[in-house]
Amino acid sequence: MIQATEFDIDTEKGNFRFDTDYAFDAGVGLNPDVVRYISNVKEEKEWILNFRLKALETFLKKPLPTHWATDDLKNINFDVIRYYLAKGQKPSRSWDDVPDDVKNTFERLGIPEQERKFLAGVEAQFDSEAAYSNMKEGLEKEGVIFVGPTEGLRDHPEVFKKWFGKVIPTSDNKFSALNSAVFSGGSFIYIPPGVKLKQPLQAYFRINAENFGQFERTLIIADEGSEVTYMEGCTAPKFETSTLHSAVVELVALKGSKIQYITVQNWSNNVYNLVTKRAMAEEEAEVRWIDCNIGSRLTMKYPGVILRGRKARGEVLSIALANSGQHQDTGAKMVHAAEETSSNIIAKSISIGTGRSSYRGLVRMPKHLKNCKNNTECDALLINSDSQTDTYPAITVQGEGNSVQHEATVSKVSADQIFYMQQRGLSEGEAMSLCVNGFVNDLIREFPMEYSVELKRLIDMEMEGSVG
Amino acid sequence: MNTLQIKNLSASIADKQILKELCLEIPQGEVHAIMGPNGSGKSTLSKVLAGHPDYEVTNGEALMNGVNILGQDADEIARSGLFLAFQYPVEVAGVSIANFIRAALQARLPDGESIKAVDYYKDLYVQMDELGMDRKFTSRSLNDGFSGGEKKRCEILQMSMLQPQYCILDETDSGLDIDALRIVSAGVNRMRSKDRGFLVITHYQRLLEYIVPDVVHVMWDGKIVRSGDKSLALELEAKGYDWIKEEIAA
Ligand SMILES: Nc1ncnc2c1ncn2[C@@H]1O[C@H](COP(=O)(O)OP(=O)(O)OP(=O)(O)O)[C@@H](O)[C@H]1O
Ligand SMILES: [Mg+2]
Repeated sequence: MIQATEFDIDTEKGNFRFDTDYAFDAGVGLNPDVVRYISNVKEEKEWILNFRLKALETFLKKPLPTHWATDDLKNINFDVIRYYLAKGQKPSRSWDDVPDDVKNTFERLGIPEQERKFLAGVEAQFDSEAAYSNMKEGLEKEGVIFVGPTEGLRDHPEVFKKWFGKVIPTSDNKFSALNSAVFSGGSFIYIPPGVKLKQPLQAYFRINAENFGQFERTLIIADEGSEVTYMEGCTAPKFETSTLHSAVVELVALKGSKIQYITVQNWSNNVYNLVTKRAMAEEEAEVRWIDCNIGSRLTMKYPGVILRGRKARGEVLSIALANSGQHQDTGAKMVHAAEETSSNIIAKSISIGTGRSSYRGLVRMPKHLKNCKNNTECDALLINSDSQTDTYPAITVQGEGNSVQHEATVSKVSADQIFYMQQRGLSEGEAMSLCVNGFVNDLIREFPMEYSVELKRLIDMEMEGSVG
Repeated sequence: MNTLQIKNLSASIADKQILKELCLEIPQGEVHAIMGPNGSGKSTLSKVLAGHPDYEVTNGEALMNGVNILGQDADEIARSGLFLAFQYPVEVAGVSIANFIRAALQARLPDGESIKAVDYYKDLYVQMDELGMDRKFTSRSLNDGFSGGEKKRCEILQMSMLQPQYCILDETDSGLDIDALRIVSAGVNRMRSKDRGFLVITHYQRLLEYIVPDVVHVMWDGKIVRSGDKSLALELEAKGYDWIKEEIAA
């Protein structure tokens, strides 16, 4: 077996930081006044404040889920986190109006360039609020809405209020409750019936401040027969202390619509990334989560689809890369709630050094339903002898004519394989990169081109950094 | 200078000494063969030269064009021109032959330069045709599910693409059918040149009818105990190893 060497987990891309002044700062720790402060800054309606305050109560009441999840959650100190930090500017529609320090950050991350090349719209969030938000001309006229939650709930309540907090109720888990109390930033998107966006919408979430918690909230509603691809990227610089990212993402795919949600997360290695993502798919609708988790200290994320309408389809394609000191606890949930629904889960994880990846899957098909199908495939690749992987599938299938296929594999990169490849002139890092790329290749092929290139690059960097 | 010179090489694995002050020299332009009983250390020699990290070198040097390669990383040794066709090529799932060889060639280029895909595939197809390999192999995972003979052909394909200065072939003939033996030998013979040295490890003198060696060595218990011309291989085949054992004992 290959010896675990010193691992440099940082992928460097996001590891930089420009000094920033904040006009609004909710201070340290969490209490009803902090929640009021946030709501007040946003000039929210009474019902939203009440929603938040109630959520705070739920959060405080709920225990950490350490009876099934890792004890590392206990190391989060909710009292030292800053829950809201903003420069007090409205999101600009032009990069020229974005303050220099923030603009430089996003330029360095390549966001404006990507926007020009292949995106229909971009929202760039810096700590608690979006600094930039813009859509290609014409989309607005078609009735597409792409705003933040504050604007969404204030300017389009008739569209968003109905679904807000419905796919993921506040009390779903401790962190969805936390998000519901202090949420800020994120994307509220509405695609009108029959509108098919050819290019993706993108959000970029950037944590810039230390001891900070980012709690964006996203709600995407695809009306009947519409289609949208949404991509999110995330980075943070490498701080000494830990940072919390806890988002709630709700997708609503109405009859015959298609939503594809792509995440390429590249957090630095002290971010707790505890995210709840769930979709509801109506008749003949399709929801596809593509979820790539690189970096972070602990990620817990299990994107799900509730297949509520006949012939709805749900899919989760996920790649997790756990380097030394990291735990990627990821998976998928498929709840079949109508006949002839089908779901597909392909999860690939890579553990490097002392990294650990866990897969948790939940597939439910109740008794009274017919002709539901699920296919689950989870593959783990271990790079070093002390790398870890574990699988916790929970599959409940009742009812006739329902079928479930489950396949799981664990493979190791052996010292012999590395030596063989080195004998041909590849460095140890290049050899591992090639193995890892080979392992995820068939999955990456499913991704939009721009993202597969970025992902391959990230994997290469991660592997390069992972050898002596 | 253009020679691979092994001086008093001793090496051990798991505290067991395998190579015992072995001496051998392979000048460019020559083909040397090593024969020797099972377990005498032939594969060990090839892996030690290739920089396998599990072996501990306790004595001696291996000078490749005057530079001691012992202690260098395996990839460094490979890039400076040593190629080992493995006795047991390893399977690597998910990595296609085409991507693998390309990455290996790329690793030899200076930073910023890259392989031209068109030229690369042209080259690759020429070599594959010569070795009678179907083109669909390019997209198959490296050695994954290959038959024994296919694996050996794939080793020679890599060798002909990488154009090393010194080639060690560890029992490349075992597992080959008669036709494959001829094709693979032709591949090796095509590569024979005054700028390249070969070390061919084999148990069968039959291979040496195709790849005619300049020198044949006999390895016994971690060292070279006899060297001669190709007639030595015939003698071994006829008489086995016992007579050598007796001579050593005497
Ligand atoms: N990891 C190891 N631990 C202990 N002994 C080993 C190890 N690897 C190899 N050996 C021993 O080293 C000796 C030499 O093995 P080597 O593979 O070099 O022989 P060989 O000459 O190539 O034999 P063959 O003709 O069968 O291929 C053998 O006795 C073998 O058992
Ligand atoms: Mg051998």
